[in-house]
Parts: sequence; C-alpha cells; structure tokens
Amino acid sequence: MAGDTIAREALNQWHFVIAAYAIGLGGCGALVAQSWLAMRRAERRRDAGRDRGKQGQAE
Amino acid sequence: MHGFANPARFLRLARWLTPLLMLSGGILALGAMGWGVLRGPADSLQGDTVRILYLHVPTAWLGMGGWTALAIASLTELVWRHPLAAIAARAIAVPGAVFAAICLLTGSIWGRPAWGTWWVWDGRLTSMLVLLFLYLAYAALADAAQRDGAGGSRVPAIFGLVGAINIPIIHYSVLWWNSLHQPPSITMGKSAMAADFLVPLLVSTLGFSLLFGGIVLMRMRALLAEQQAEARLRRKAQAA
Repeated sequence: MAGDTIAREALNQWHFVIAAYAIGLGGCGALVAQSWLAMRRAERRRDAGRDRGKQGQAE
Repeated sequence: MHGFANPARFLRLARWLTPLLMLSGGILALGAMGWGVLRGPADSLQGDTVRILYLHVPTAWLGMGGWTALAIASLTELVWRHPLAAIAARAIAVPGAVFAAICLLTGSIWGRPAWGTWWVWDGRLTSMLVLLFLYLAYAALADAAQRDGAGGSRVPAIFGLVGAINIPIIHYSVLWWNSLHQPPSITMGKSAMAADFLVPLLVSTLGFSLLFGGIVLMRMRALLAEQQAEARLRRKAQAA
C-alpha cells in the first residue's frame, strides 16, 4: 500500500497522457496544415499557368 | 480501377471527397479521443495511462495499413501501369511516416509508467522503428526518382513491395519473440477488451482512417497539380 502511494506520487499518470496527446495532435495538425498548404500552392501555380496560357491565346 | 486512370476524373471526385473525409474524420477522431480521455474509465492495472490507447493504437494500425496501401499501389504501378498508382504511393509515404512516428513516441511515453522504461530493443518496437525508416527511405527515393525524370517510378515501386515484408513481422513480433509489448487484444471477430474501451477505440480508428484518406487525397492533388504545371512549362519551352 505504501509502495503504491509512493509510485503514484512519483509518476503523475496524467502528465504522460497529456504529453502523448500534445505530441500526437500537434503532429497530426502539422501534417494536415502542411498537406493543405502544399495542395493550395500547387493548384494555384497550375491554375496561374493555365490562365496565362489562355490570355496568350486570346492575344 | 482504370476508370479513375484519368486524372481529370480523379480530381473531380477528390475535390468533394477531400473536405468530406477531413471533416468527418476530424469530428469522429476528436470526439472519440475526447470521450475516451475525459469520460472513459481508467484501467484497473494501468490506471489513467490507458487513455493513450485511443491515439497510439489507431496511429499504429494506420502506420502499418499505410505501407500495405503503398505496397498495393506499387504492385498496381508495376503490373498495370496505372497512372495514379505511383502518385498514390508517393502521397502515402509522408503521412505514413508521421503516423509511425506518433505511434513510436506515444508508445514510448506510455511505456515509461507501464513498463518502467522509455524504450527496449524488442521485436515490436524495433520493427516499428524499421517501418519509420522504410517510410523515410521511400520518400527520399521517390523524390529522387521523380527528379530524374519519367520511368523513375519503378525503383520506388520495387522498394515499396520489398518493404511490405516488415508488415507481418510487426504484426507477429509479439507472438514470435519475448516482448514487453502485450499480444494483440483484438483479432478477427474477437476482442479481449471491454466495450468501454473498445467502442471509442474503434470510432477513433475510423476517424483517423478517414483523416488519413483525406490527407493522402490532398497530397495526391498537390503532386498531380505539380505534374500538370511542369508538363505545361515543358510544352511551352518546346513550342518556343
């Protein structure tokens, strides 16, 4: 019983839970943001090239 | 399958599927994790640290599932020359690596209070670390092959197929070798887990799977758009 009390005092289990979720959710959030930005940038670049092509043909 | 070989048709589908997957996946994953962490019960042996389950297990399954999908895409690329297969495999590599890394980090954090150590070189942990290195190697190889020009997707595809040997090794590692890691609690049609843990775990896994699909679609759209922009520039340069 005394050992159990010491173990609980030494390791607050919630600290580990919070650390795991901070890393996991932070990693997922960064991945989603990076993927979305890469997609937006690439599609904008493609569409800009397409628009320039159409303008060139019109002229 | 070849119905979606046309990138224009694929893009039409991906444009409405991407936000749907991201939104439904985000709601399900966050809801299940929130319920599991804030409202779910603690384990009688592991206490509150069992709540890491709802993040650790889905990322582990998707890390392995991601490479399985990458290997299938590689086989499709090699055998049927499907034009989107190489793009799909490339799009899976980075999310797969991130999910494998999250699985390793959360497992290490869970291991400290559960096993008394952050890391041991046992079969399960080591084979999962090998999976992370395989993902990183694949991403580097696929990028290098892309820079070298057309026809360079065969080497990454072969690497993707060969790397699939690690998936059964990860799965059976806890049965083949002595391990601190527990054997599987969930097998086909059977679960040793109480419903209080199982239901949020399955919902969280479904949510993360949808999110993974949405992320892969976004990365496929980015790769396709880059290819289309480069093809246009090449055509322009040839015409000039």
